[in-house]
Amino acid sequence: MAKANFEVPELKDFIEIPVVTPDTMSHSKPYMAKPEFQIELGFPGELPEDWKDQALDAMGDLLGKYRSLQVYLDSCVKCGACTDKCHYYIGTKDPKNMPVARQDLLRKVYRRYFTFAGKFFGKLGIPEVVGAADFTKDVLDDWYSYFHQCSQCRRCSVFCPYGIDTAEISMAAREIMDRIGIGQKYCNEILGKVYKIGNNLGLPERALADTLEGLEEDIEDETGVKVRLPLDEKGADILLVTPSADFFAEPHVDGLMGYAKVFHEAGASWTLSSKASEAGNFGMFIGSYENMRRASMRIREAALELGVKRIIFGECGHAWRVAYSFLNTLVGPFDFLDPKYPVPQHILEYTWNEMKKGTLNIDKSLNDDMVLTFHDSCNVARASRMGDKPGGQFEIPRNVIKAVCNNFVDMDPSTTREKTFCCGGGGGLLTDDLMEIRVKGALPRMTALHNVIKDNGVTHMAAICAICKSQFTKVLPYYGMGMDQIVSVHQLVSSAMILTGQNTDDDEDE
Amino acid sequence: MALVVDGKEFETDEEGYLANINDWVEGVATAMSAEDELELTDEHWDIIRFLREYYEEYQIAPAVRILTKAVAKRMGKEKGNSKYLYSLFPYGPGKQACRYAGLPKPTGCV
Repeated sequence: MAKANFEVPELKDFIEIPVVTPDTMSHSKPYMAKPEFQIELGFPGELPEDWKDQALDAMGDLLGKYRSLQVYLDSCVKCGACTDKCHYYIGTKDPKNMPVARQDLLRKVYRRYFTFAGKFFGKLGIPEVVGAADFTKDVLDDWYSYFHQCSQCRRCSVFCPYGIDTAEISMAAREIMDRIGIGQKYCNEILGKVYKIGNNLGLPERALADTLEGLEEDIEDETGVKVRLPLDEKGADILLVTPSADFFAEPHVDGLMGYAKVFHEAGASWTLSSKASEAGNFGMFIGSYENMRRASMRIREAALELGVKRIIFGECGHAWRVAYSFLNTLVGPFDFLDPKYPVPQHILEYTWNEMKKGTLNIDKSLNDDMVLTFHDSCNVARASRMGDKPGGQFEIPRNVIKAVCNNFVDMDPSTTREKTFCCGGGGGLLTDDLMEIRVKGALPRMTALHNVIKDNGVTHMAAICAICKSQFTKVLPYYGMGMDQIVSVHQLVSSAMILTGQNTDDDEDE
Repeated sequence: MALVVDGKEFETDEEGYLANINDWVEGVATAMSAEDELELTDEHWDIIRFLREYYEEYQIAPAVRILTKAVAKRMGKEKGNSKYLYSLFPYGPGKQACRYAGLPKPTGCV
């Protein structure tokens, strides 16, 4: 592991609410996107001279489009219920990482220019008496810093009596900044790659085809069974859209092989697409409806070109949020798909259905070397559902894990299901230049995980999100745990499945 | 930002990745590793060369799995795993080794 050039929080037995320590993270600022990347996304290349006016115009535009934003800005009563709920506050002690304080960075500008009280006292030179503030460069700098210390995980909104969603406020702030040329390098350059190459990684079609072929060989070497990972196969029934990390990173790729094995045993006709070779949609992280739509459009186009009947999403948290909550609005209607199936469907719903049908031959004991726990990914837990029953997004992943593993233990219930803590790397923060906030923000999850390791002998944590998997791979070692303790749910499915015609231990001659 | 090797300047981005992959010479890897206080052994060089060959062919860094498979083939089965790669490149084979090889940084949810 790399050396940390910041203080890694100490793991304690309980998640401790820290004593407020101002400005511990005011230095945290991600790299800015270069002008050419801003322009590619439809934003100005750099900060214009009249940035303040343009930013206020943008804010006015968003307030008119999204009534929710105005309601959130107007309705906070400063009750304090959210103050200790954010993982970034818990991990950094910085009061500006309290959700209410983060919202107030935008709210004070809103109050100054869009409310009577703010305008009146602003003119008198005392806007602060009504919680308003002039939009100065210092305020803008604070925005850039602290709106990139929010992973838009919505945990705070679960505890807010008014249901104020800090995620939407963060998204609005990022959109306003983008509209005045201030964009974050990580998110915006990645969106550029999606438009140019088709996925976040920048994985060209030929490399993708080669990777899939390699995985087919690996499965055959291991099992003796030819399991296909088809690409751009016209006339297939199912289009699988999965995060490009599934083609590239560990343990993601083990999950991808799991999906392929499930489809194989179910006898499904399926395909991946080189055009829609990315489930992720960073348009959501930057709050840009236009970019979210443009990135989603590839999925519609691919589905039409390939003539599929169903669309299924792989293990990706925010992709599932976009897919489940917005896909139909963004690029629907999907009236050309088979109406018998949900549009879209999650791979876990598919696998769980096959398990219930009894299509899959599972030997749970093959996972007996592990004791599992499950990390609910924030976007799946709090911004979507799965299956046809409320809470399906909590039950289905656990049902699948329990169907393939004998040993499963849940973490502290104040850190799971709708109260789950973000991994610390969501919302466009999964970049090396934000490593400090990522490591510190992982503290609550690391604490809960460490406790089940200590008390219940847990060896591995399963996740269903590419960001969570990559984030944990990186941050676990900072807390004295192993990078390989994070696994994909479909990796567990894969290792417990016995394919029809698979070599068994008895006939292995090596 | 720029990296200076034998008096010659090489343009790099904020994170120290070479701006133009075609500028790369072996001295770039040596200079970058010296900054990280890492001494490059034959094993390091073998991986750096593999990364460059793969990039030339596919215009992207290889996936971890492809890299570990190639290492297993070249250096022996016991070394074909991420643990071994991390022991060589503590900041991660994808990121640190790619940087030394002059490749652009792998992006996305990785």
